[in-house]
Amino acid sequence: MCYNTDIKEFYYIRYIHVIFDLISIEVDIMHDICIIGAGVVGGCVARELMKYKLDVVIAEKMGDVAMGATKANSAIVHAGFDAKEGSLKAKLNVRGSKMMEEYCRELGVKYKNNGSLVLGFNDDDRETLNALMQRGIANGVEGLRVVDRDEVLKLEPNIGDEVVAALVAPTGGIVCPYELCMAAVGNAMDNGAELKLNFPVTRIEKTEKGYKVYSGDEFIEAEIVINCAGVYSDDVARMAGDSSFTVTPRRGEYILLDKEWGTLVSHTVFQCPSKMGKGILVTPTVDGNLLLGPTAEDISDKEDTSTTASGIETVKRMASRSVSGLNFGGTITSFTGLRATGSVGDFIINCKDGFVNCAGIESPGLSSAPAIAEYVRDLLIESGVRLTPRENHISKRKPLHAFRELSNDEKNEIIKEHPEYAHIICRCETISEGEILEAIRTNPKPHDLDGVKRRTRSGMGRCQGGFCAPYVVELLAKELGCDYQDITKFGGESYINIGKTKE
Amino acid sequence: MIKRIKKELVIVGGGPAGMSAAVAAYERGLRDILILERDNALGGILRQCIHNGFGLHRFGEELTGPEYAHRYIEKVLEYKIPYMLETMVTGIDKNRILTAQNCKEGIFEIEAGAIILAMGCRERPKGALNIAGTRPSGVYTAGTAQKYVNMKGYMPGKRVVILGSGDIGLIMARRMTLEGAKVECVCELMPYSGGLARNIEQCLNDFDIPLLLSHTVIEIHGKERVTGVTIAKVDENRRPIMDTARFIECDTLLLSCGLIPENELTRSAGITIDRVTNGAVVDGSRETDVKGIFACGNVLHVHDLVDYVSEEAEICACGAVDFIRGQAKGEADINIRTDGKVRYTVPRKLTEIKDTTLYFRVSDIFRDVRLTVKSADRVILSKKKQKLAPGEMETVTISADVIREIKNGEITVSLEA
Repeated sequence: MCYNTDIKEFYYIRYIHVIFDLISIEVDIMHDICIIGAGVVGGCVARELMKYKLDVVIAEKMGDVAMGATKANSAIVHAGFDAKEGSLKAKLNVRGSKMMEEYCRELGVKYKNNGSLVLGFNDDDRETLNALMQRGIANGVEGLRVVDRDEVLKLEPNIGDEVVAALVAPTGGIVCPYELCMAAVGNAMDNGAELKLNFPVTRIEKTEKGYKVYSGDEFIEAEIVINCAGVYSDDVARMAGDSSFTVTPRRGEYILLDKEWGTLVSHTVFQCPSKMGKGILVTPTVDGNLLLGPTAEDISDKEDTSTTASGIETVKRMASRSVSGLNFGGTITSFTGLRATGSVGDFIINCKDGFVNCAGIESPGLSSAPAIAEYVRDLLIESGVRLTPRENHISKRKPLHAFRELSNDEKNEIIKEHPEYAHIICRCETISEGEILEAIRTNPKPHDLDGVKRRTRSGMGRCQGGFCAPYVVELLAKELGCDYQDITKFGGESYINIGKTKE
Repeated sequence: MIKRIKKELVIVGGGPAGMSAAVAAYERGLRDILILERDNALGGILRQCIHNGFGLHRFGEELTGPEYAHRYIEKVLEYKIPYMLETMVTGIDKNRILTAQNCKEGIFEIEAGAIILAMGCRERPKGALNIAGTRPSGVYTAGTAQKYVNMKGYMPGKRVVILGSGDIGLIMARRMTLEGAKVECVCELMPYSGGLARNIEQCLNDFDIPLLLSHTVIEIHGKERVTGVTIAKVDENRRPIMDTARFIECDTLLLSCGLIPENELTRSAGITIDRVTNGAVVDGSRETDVKGIFACGNVLHVHDLVDYVSEEAEICACGAVDFIRGQAKGEADINIRTDGKVRYTVPRKLTEIKDTTLYFRVSDIFRDVRLTVKSADRVILSKKKQKLAPGEMETVTISADVIREIKNGEITVSLEA
């Protein structure tokens, strides 16, 4: 008897589900726009488009935003003297660089206009520096000048012994790329954009009204698709029938040094560029660390973010040429990023039949991202999309580091109401339980340990999460309503614990 | 304005060093003491060290970590020494003003007559080792794994390689085995282990876990979770010999590659840090070069036995109490140098003429050597040592009479044939 009821109930529930599935397929929401890829480009495009009355959904392959090239790059806002005159790269870099300070202010993202130097080690380099300056002037970069060693030493006392001259670019800056991406996506979500995580696009189908973007059997239907898929943007374009370009992942290895060394240089210090990129740089980060890298190596595997012994050696050797007194004993971590190097030599941004490519966005992609978003908006207008400003648009976003920047008195006011802001979880970076909970509850929400780390810096310091990880796992499990052992480092099978002891 | 309170003695850290210091200060008659502990209970790292072997020197019996801690917790409670839990000190200045915070008080300041730093140490993380390969889940420092297993009751993995033969790594080799994991091997970069001989015997040999000396992990494999590591033998310059490289399948890599004293607060107070120990430079009473700030335990230098931590904390507490009571020092001003074979000594300076024990570690394994103390090229003390190893802390005591003989304000501690 009991058994029968269960069976009946089972079929009843199945039946209801089938009905719902049918209904949902029938009346499935037709979105205005589907953005593929929640990196910094996808994020900035989403933020831009949410200024208008549009229904936007972002499809992201991974379990969090900013997981591709956005997560691991030089974190530089380039002045704009590298790209060839008249190229899209040049135009969008210079425009993005000009926009960046205000853009970051609105989103509460850390940005610093620290200026940059390109070092010359010999007379040939001197010629290159002058050529770069001329190109920069043609691109509209302000304040460029080439100076001799004496002057370089005044700007950067720890510069390497071989340096003879440098190009000074006062408009160069630094920003945290994943913070910018999270803030842009978060702001888009605050204005109503939808973020679909763990949605790797497997197929794209052209329909009468637009496109169906599939991930397995699941799909998103939208009138317009914007391809911001980073190293996969050629694959995504091909799914929509565009085989006009390819994207090669270019591996770049980095070393991050402790804050103790964060003031060794104040400018971003480049070497003369080659055809493989801008060479190894040494730069402070907005969080006060020192970043060295990247190497440049074209590879075929779009997932290979492993570091190599030889790559790390190269970074050490080259960086030591730029700056004296580097101490690699102060290494916090080393990592690898993959730039999406397009086959065309310039950014590939175009629009055809409601399918927009933002592809081959290698360096200076981060610097250009806000300008790329505007450019995409204009492409849409040109293609006949009517944009009406969104009423009650929220342009600002409260940063997750807001608490940290308060005075002690202001902090105490908050602690009175929310004592968890006084309970320190991450010792190295002094991050409280309150800040971690705030991050877990703020769009785009993190679901794993690394997600919390990128949002709060908890686990980003010297002990690399040795002390705080067990506590953060606990907070995450509690907030997400799952078991302690279900929490991963970064999604997928990256489990932190495999089960209980004594089992 | 944020609240400010006054205390005669503030102790930063409620682990074995902090508690021993508090108890000793109390027993010397001091009452106005406050212990600040960042965790939710007293005991420090001992809380997760559930194995035995603690307290042989001090109590003449083998205690577990929590039992050893409990002896001091009982005293703290019996003496009603005040302590604050889940309280983080975020800054200390030269004038002995501490900034701290907790949920109850918010952010507040304490004006201290004297401060004892007892914050302990942390483990060297993976990032600092620059191991090539991927960055999957499944790589933990041994202490973090110990926390998951012993405190949280969760298993970090079931097939384990351990890099580094520090004591926590050795202890975790046994713990993981007892919890049902398979420990494939322990790789040690150096030709000797940095751990205690007894731990190698009881944690590895008793469980047939191979200790591979002069070996290291050269690559980590696995996209999401560790799937294996490549290990290789290293030459005398500690460079991997590539044709000895081999893959070992595992889902977990534990790191036991050294401990680093946690001296962020020490630095914020402008205290000079010793380059070898990564702890403060102190005199015989464990006073730093900032007046009234003292340090003891693993924040000063990494100890092998907790018994020595307690001993040092007591010396430190006496110094702090004397300072609070205005007893002058400075009858001597002697710097202690070492020859490199002796890596360091604690203390680094002598400011008093009284019998003083120097704690030291050596840089390699040495047999049948003489530990020698020289003043202006004259040997003032010489002691035969049968075997010295980097993993074990050694001591030598210099008497007040010998200190009186010291010339030029400097002695050198060295190993001679």
